[in-house]
Amino acid sequence: MTHAVSRRGVLAGAGALIIAFRLSGAHAQTETGTGGKPSKHGLPGSLDDTPRIDAWIRIDASGAATILTGKAELGQGLKTALLQVAAEELKLPLARLSLITADTARTPNEGYTAASHSMQDSGTAIRHAAAQAREILRDEAARRLGVPATSLQIRNGEVFGPNRMRLGYGELVRDQMLTVDAQQTSHLTSPADFVVMNQPVPRIDIPAKVTGGAAYVQDLRPEGMLHGRVVRPPSYGATLRDCDVAQVEQMGGIVKVVRDGNFLGVLADREWTAIQGMRTLAATTTWIEQQALPDSADLPAALMKLPSHDTTIHDTGNPGEPGILVEGTFSRPYLTHGSIGPSCAIAQFGDGKLTVWTHTQGVFFLRDAIAGMLRMPAENVRCIHAEGSGCYGHNGADDAAADAAMLALAMPGRPVRVQLMREQEHAWDPFGPGMVVKLRATVGGDGAIADWRHEVWSQSHMMRPGPPGALIAARLKADAFPPAPPVALAQPEGGGDRNAIPLYEIPNSKVVSHFLPDMPLRGSSMRSLGGYLNVLSIESVLDELAARSGQDPVTFRLRHIEDPRAREVIETAASRFGWAGRVKRSESTGFGFGFARYKNLEAWCAVAVEIEVPRQSGVVRVRRIVAAVDTGQVVNPDGIRNQIEGGILQSMSWTLFERVTFDRTRVTSVDWSAYPIMRFDSVPESVEVRLIDRPGDAFYGVAEAAQGPAGAAIANAIRDATGVRMYELPFTAARIKRAVAVRSEG
Amino acid sequence: MTTLTINGESRSIKASPDTPLLYVLRDELALNAAKYGCGLGQCGACTVIVDGKAIFSCITPVMLLEGRTITTLEGLGSPDAPGPMQRAFLAEQAAQCGYCIPGMIMRAQALLNRDPHATDESIKGELQPHLCRCGTHMRILRAIRRAAEEMKLKTADARTRR
Repeated sequence: MTHAVSRRGVLAGAGALIIAFRLSGAHAQTETGTGGKPSKHGLPGSLDDTPRIDAWIRIDASGAATILTGKAELGQGLKTALLQVAAEELKLPLARLSLITADTARTPNEGYTAASHSMQDSGTAIRHAAAQAREILRDEAARRLGVPATSLQIRNGEVFGPNRMRLGYGELVRDQMLTVDAQQTSHLTSPADFVVMNQPVPRIDIPAKVTGGAAYVQDLRPEGMLHGRVVRPPSYGATLRDCDVAQVEQMGGIVKVVRDGNFLGVLADREWTAIQGMRTLAATTTWIEQQALPDSADLPAALMKLPSHDTTIHDTGNPGEPGILVEGTFSRPYLTHGSIGPSCAIAQFGDGKLTVWTHTQGVFFLRDAIAGMLRMPAENVRCIHAEGSGCYGHNGADDAAADAAMLALAMPGRPVRVQLMREQEHAWDPFGPGMVVKLRATVGGDGAIADWRHEVWSQSHMMRPGPPGALIAARLKADAFPPAPPVALAQPEGGGDRNAIPLYEIPNSKVVSHFLPDMPLRGSSMRSLGGYLNVLSIESVLDELAARSGQDPVTFRLRHIEDPRAREVIETAASRFGWAGRVKRSESTGFGFGFARYKNLEAWCAVAVEIEVPRQSGVVRVRRIVAAVDTGQVVNPDGIRNQIEGGILQSMSWTLFERVTFDRTRVTSVDWSAYPIMRFDSVPESVEVRLIDRPGDAFYGVAEAAQGPAGAAIANAIRDATGVRMYELPFTAARIKRAVAVRSEG
Repeated sequence: MTTLTINGESRSIKASPDTPLLYVLRDELALNAAKYGCGLGQCGACTVIVDGKAIFSCITPVMLLEGRTITTLEGLGSPDAPGPMQRAFLAEQAAQCGYCIPGMIMRAQALLNRDPHATDESIKGELQPHLCRCGTHMRILRAIRRAAEEMKLKTADARTRR
């Protein structure tokens, strides 16, 4: 396990020999789907799986470069950051670079674009491949000019030698020149010489998005395209009793109705016609349903009663002296990803081959799953990533792709576009699982934490395709596939137990993960997985221990943590916030603090908040938020700020508002009125993000670093304002008001 | 046949009169900006301006729009010549996935056309029907303020010249 976190960081003078990477591999299966194997070539990032340089970098006769990545743009700014890395190391202007993202026919297989792995996997691979490509071109120039390579300089895609000799990349490049495997050592550019990296380069995808360009798979209109819609069953496991296909087939503009077992779809020339056909088909269809969902009135109890596989993931020391005891059972409900644009895909079938344009996070895994579902050879299926609305994890993207594939097979030759309806996206989302954490800790007479016991209950956070049974269509069609088996992501990255091991120095500490193989509601990966609830719980208890022992929460954290990078983000957030001198504006004011290192392996993040929460209303109003983040070497500082701001606001929404609702048969939160999320009236007055500069360091995943600390800081601020510790998410106004009332009665 | 005026052009529409405007824009006229988000008027992704007012195109049938002036995001500018609101969103990098942004821009444009001096509170209030899932709210608000400043300067400039 130590291999996964080993790193070398050598910075050697002006020669710019820098090796700053973390070896991948040799650890348990991860959320990107690419771990679980020992390192093959000892190469950094995804180069270890795909070592050939021209798999990543191609240079044409004009001297322009094409960069290839197996990762996908999800709205996180990936394209721009990868191009910055490539431009920096190739010494080419950004404008001379183009980028091809995840495509099973063209790019390296980098598993899923998930778990904040993209910069460390793909960014690292591209950086080293680009640096080595630059060296190969320089050596070729040295050979042709008959001078030592060390006498050459490179600027703007040209190699300059003595006596005004110069050769452009386009003149230097020959066939197969980059068809070589990467070497173990790269001559990376020194951070002091960066001109593109560590700069707030504007994102290349935003201009089309703010002017109505074709920015999304939803906007593609290939010639001859048909619009498809599916009819989903009303509940999990429902079976089709009866439907009137003929009535829909007679509707004007309907091209075809497809029925395959419990799978139903319509095809039409126009989108609105397809929707009307879908509605009519749904109205004429009857289903046999079962009451198979748990009692939503006490979800935590229902989850804790399920059979579990128990693993002690951390165990140190012996029970300490009795001290002040704090205990609590924290829970979160099922949460929906809630993409603003329902999932969409386009598929085209012809000559035995299927092409799917999809916003999946894993084109290769989806290809395998669709090929399996359709019983086609995988080489006859191509999946091409095209951007969708933000996904925040495993949403309906893969299901929409499977739906489009099913309908395309029924209409060979015609591209078929399927977009899910809002209620389909909401009801059939692979939700972020409902979870429970029981935490029990004591603080001793010396003011230090003595004992710590953390237990976490969760179903799988990793039900992505690969297996066909992970796709809804594959479960519904007549020759149905069995449900995909539950996957328990292992430590150190973890799944439901992500971030369950406290980073704080505690002499006696035990953490138990109760993995639930059952899945009462469909669930899978959602940003930060179990990290959000585990961090919220740990930081709530820590805060409570500090309060009960009369210690300042920030000082108390610093007292228990030695890692200098953790200390620096905590101290930076506290000092920028003015924590030490904080003064309550009113009796409704609350201050809260939260900290975590994402997965205990990635970026460090601390968050301080000031809120107002009147006891009479329970309505939380967030005044200001200050976050400090250490993500190692920064590629695009504005991109990181955008991600951290977004992570904080999304976490606020989870924390204060969100809950999937269901009865014993159906999911009932099927639109935005039944599943409220944060609106503009709840937006903070200010959010400030401070980045710690770490020139020459490796990349540490950052996009999910803020969710846990932000939720925790709000929970702690509510306690500070009201005296009430909240345990059951979401912390709605009604629940806070009730908890305050119960406390004042008591 | 319905005739609509969209971004200053008169367009003959084949779709049946009960078709919501959103599907006519996207499907028949190949305009990308207005987005399908919920079909229920709950998220704002489909917002366009009709006679100066922001409306949800996903629940507005075209039969109600004959003879009225429709503006979509495409009508505010292009990648080569973005309008002031689009420039402000670019300057503030006010997008993550960006799917909600066209609707936000249209609502904000309608507000500033009506009230160039809109306060922060009224901007927030106006945007209440719009959802953003990426959490880009702070940047969206900054972009609208920036656009308001730019539009005010322009108005002031025009007055001085007069």
